[in-house]
Amino acid sequence: MAEAAIRLEQAEYRRSALVEWLTTVDHKKIGILYYWTSIVYLLLAGFLGLLMRIQLAQPDMHFLGPKTYNEVMTMHGTMMIFAVAMPLNAAFFNIAVPLMIGARDVAFPRLNAFSYWSFLFGSLLMWSSFLFGHAPDAGWFGYANLSSSRLYSAGPGLDFWDLGLQVLGISSIAGALNFFVTIVNMRAPGMSLMRMPVYVWMVLITAILILLAFPSLTVGLFMIMFDRYFNTNFFNPLHGGDPVIWQHLFWIFGHPEVYILVLPPMGIISEVLPTFSRKPLFGAPFVIFAGIAIAFLSFFVWAHHMFTVGLGPVPNALFAASTMLIGIPTGVKVFNWLATMWGGSLDFKTPMKFAAAAVWMLMMGGVTGVMHATVPLDYQQQDSYFIVAHFHYVIFGVIVSALLAGTYYWFPKMYGRLLDERLGTWHFWLTFIGTNLTFFPMHFVGLDGMPRRYFTYSAETGWGTWNLVITIGAFILGLAQVLLLINVVKTLRQPATASADPWDGRTLEWTIPSPPPVYNFAVIPTVRGRDAYWIEKYGDGHHAPAATDTTQRREVHEPHHDNPGHGTLPPGVHLPKPSWWPLIVSAGLTAMAAGMIMYGTETLGPLGFPIVGLGTFVVFFGLLGWHFEPAIEHEEAHVA
Amino acid sequence: MKDLRPIGGRRRWIFVLPLAGLAWLTSGCGVIGGKIASTSDPAGDQARLIWDLFMVPVWWLTVAVFILVTGWLLVNIVRFRRKPGDTRIPPQVHGHPRLEIAWTLIPAVILALIAIPSTRLIFQLNRDPGADTNALRVQVIGHQWWWEFRYPEYGIVTAGDLHLVVDRPVVLTITSQDVIHSFWPPRLAGKVDAVPGRENTMVFTPEEAGVFYGQCAELCGAQHAHMQFRVVVQTQQEFDAWVQKHRQPAPDPAPGTLAATGKELFEGPAGCAGCHSVNPTYDPSTPINKTLMVGPNLAYFAERQTLAAFLPNTVENLHQWIANSEQVKPYSIMAEKWWKIRAQQNQLLTDEQVNAIVEYLRSQQ
Repeated sequence: MAEAAIRLEQAEYRRSALVEWLTTVDHKKIGILYYWTSIVYLLLAGFLGLLMRIQLAQPDMHFLGPKTYNEVMTMHGTMMIFAVAMPLNAAFFNIAVPLMIGARDVAFPRLNAFSYWSFLFGSLLMWSSFLFGHAPDAGWFGYANLSSSRLYSAGPGLDFWDLGLQVLGISSIAGALNFFVTIVNMRAPGMSLMRMPVYVWMVLITAILILLAFPSLTVGLFMIMFDRYFNTNFFNPLHGGDPVIWQHLFWIFGHPEVYILVLPPMGIISEVLPTFSRKPLFGAPFVIFAGIAIAFLSFFVWAHHMFTVGLGPVPNALFAASTMLIGIPTGVKVFNWLATMWGGSLDFKTPMKFAAAAVWMLMMGGVTGVMHATVPLDYQQQDSYFIVAHFHYVIFGVIVSALLAGTYYWFPKMYGRLLDERLGTWHFWLTFIGTNLTFFPMHFVGLDGMPRRYFTYSAETGWGTWNLVITIGAFILGLAQVLLLINVVKTLRQPATASADPWDGRTLEWTIPSPPPVYNFAVIPTVRGRDAYWIEKYGDGHHAPAATDTTQRREVHEPHHDNPGHGTLPPGVHLPKPSWWPLIVSAGLTAMAAGMIMYGTETLGPLGFPIVGLGTFVVFFGLLGWHFEPAIEHEEAHVA
Repeated sequence: MKDLRPIGGRRRWIFVLPLAGLAWLTSGCGVIGGKIASTSDPAGDQARLIWDLFMVPVWWLTVAVFILVTGWLLVNIVRFRRKPGDTRIPPQVHGHPRLEIAWTLIPAVILALIAIPSTRLIFQLNRDPGADTNALRVQVIGHQWWWEFRYPEYGIVTAGDLHLVVDRPVVLTITSQDVIHSFWPPRLAGKVDAVPGRENTMVFTPEEAGVFYGQCAELCGAQHAHMQFRVVVQTQQEFDAWVQKHRQPAPDPAPGTLAATGKELFEGPAGCAGCHSVNPTYDPSTPINKTLMVGPNLAYFAERQTLAAFLPNTVENLHQWIANSEQVKPYSIMAEKWWKIRAQQNQLLTDEQVNAIVEYLRSQQ
């Protein structure tokens, strides 16, 4: 009897833990959901990359057929951008931003949950295309009219791509709106904009970029959808359309997208380097304004992806000039980071290793970026492996390295534990060697004329040797990431003993326990300068250190780590109530997209519109339910 | 700054590897070049001007930036690494505006050094030599997945091989019949996209005689990797002879030969002539966006460098291509609209029939 009761209790507990994750509106939990979903996708999309590398290891391989290769290549790129790099950034927005600005949650907690579920369902929808044997195969930028005409891309592959991206786009726009409002409205008293941590600055700029850039993609994707479903001929040259219009729409989104991906990692670098150098960021206002300048310029450079399209010499020269201008603020950032390290007391813990490597690889990816902006060179380099080398240095070398730095850096705020340093060191070196062994020789095969997106090549091209080296590098890189997983598993088995401030940090997240209690700050701190916590600890030229420790870690009740319950809330703290509605609305939205995809197929066509209707119904009533649900929990409900 | 550690002794090794790597790279030894598509071995004026710009000033400025950033980073790592037990708090330097303005200006100067010659070259490369010069004019039309070349001045059409004249400028008008392709002969020039509904121009002058490799550079479907062409650069006399020859079709094979049987099959039961012609001439007033034939023109096929837009033109490859189109180049029109349909109808050509067609095409010389 008693045993059964215990078992029942355990089952009840497990169910409620699941329900808690499904209905959570806590930014810290949503951050962890974002984090692990993106890491799983990183491994999956990385696996697709390894499949491509096997196929290209030697000339004339028959490992992947031409169509399968194009599917693998398209999904690798699309998923790495939209389901790895963006949501992994979003994971750290959630994990770090509210803590760094001294807030108890984001401005719209349920919208935050909605962003996550829409990302999860939208990306699952795209991945499911493999199960139906029709993955998208027109590349991650899906150039029309290859993508927009069923004559050239039969089957539902491109419909999965188009509608899946629409769902992900809604997720990103909602998230951007949320963090924009959070950062503008919810900063702790005293945190003026110029006292805001540089990472938070970069997130703010990124949110603005997303809000301004994504509409262009949304419009373009609708035009592709209309061309594919309703024969609108936007991109069909035979009926007065023009496929180049898609390229403009896509890259007006697509180039700011690069900075949407890279600015937050630059922010992470700007937090990690000072912490582990025991010095403030050198010229922080310069770094912030460099970020703003990059973001502003990013809307005026899109045609540098189109130098060979035939725009003519005048547009090419102008877009080349605007693109080169971006090199200036980027250079400023690199020099300011190097100057931050200069004269510091550098502690090469794993986050610092990844951050320093990211600085170096930004230089590597940056100098080749200038080469592409040199239009005549781009005539040769465009769509060759030289470009592939360039953007992988930026996306893997800078973005993923910085996000890995963020992983090691903020892991205590996620789980109350520090990741193992020895495994971290191995992880770093294998990743660093793998990255360079994979992506550096791509410059060589690119200059030797190897175009990207080739599923095979003949021996007479002479590209075989370097491709073999690239493949070996890719496998080292892939296997290195297993060390991260081992490290996480090993660390999570140990008790959560990390202190509130394990790195001698400079910003507010280190003033509260690791992991933070559900309400983050029992008392909202007052900020006296940019390195808010550092000033309280050590003082600066203008401020003496706080006489007593003003941090709240001793005052607050620390909840038991295995019990996700709220514990006792300090007086006056109101927390948002868990909600099913975000999940329900996201599911309805994804059903609308799935129904549209079915509508385009022969076998499931008749089911299409009923499912779109059902999804619309769920979204509509879900939003009503959302609207009438009280947003804040009553205090008595917190008593466990 | 008193406790700066000198960089010497065992720490010097840290600088050796990047410098050795750089030395190896700048020597170019065994790294790049010497391959059929190497942009570093130009054989045309455009490719040469681009490579020269790449080396001076771009490459050397890149090396300078590399040394500056890598060197500074390594110095930081070696000099300022925290010693065990060191709890010292270094001076809290917040910035140095004059220094920062300096390193805002330095990249600007470097970029200007690149932008000026770059802009000049953009306009130089896009200059049409004009109608009064002796420039050769060729129309280039991309198809999934092969290249068609029309010479409107001579009323000649061919596929797969672009014939040009050494030291004679050429003006290519480039478009596509289906999706976007990109025309790229790496050793002769950069690339220009072939966009359906648009006509792009590429101007260059081949500077060496020989056969040069070319390929498609914009993802255009399943067989994007198998959309090659060759540029045959000849002397003016050789080119004139080639034009003269191509003003009429090759003579019919002698009656009774295997090639004659092949011709009958080609024009009749095998169904080749539905998509392919062996007549090298066309009406030069045909607009560039009007399709002549669905498949590549096969006139004087024996002279072609490649077949199926990627295989060397040998008897064995030709035999394979006709007998097993689905295996050789899946998703192509040959595979989808000819071989598969005949396979379904159990009408695949016998070995002898394939031999006859091969013999006929090889007699086109």
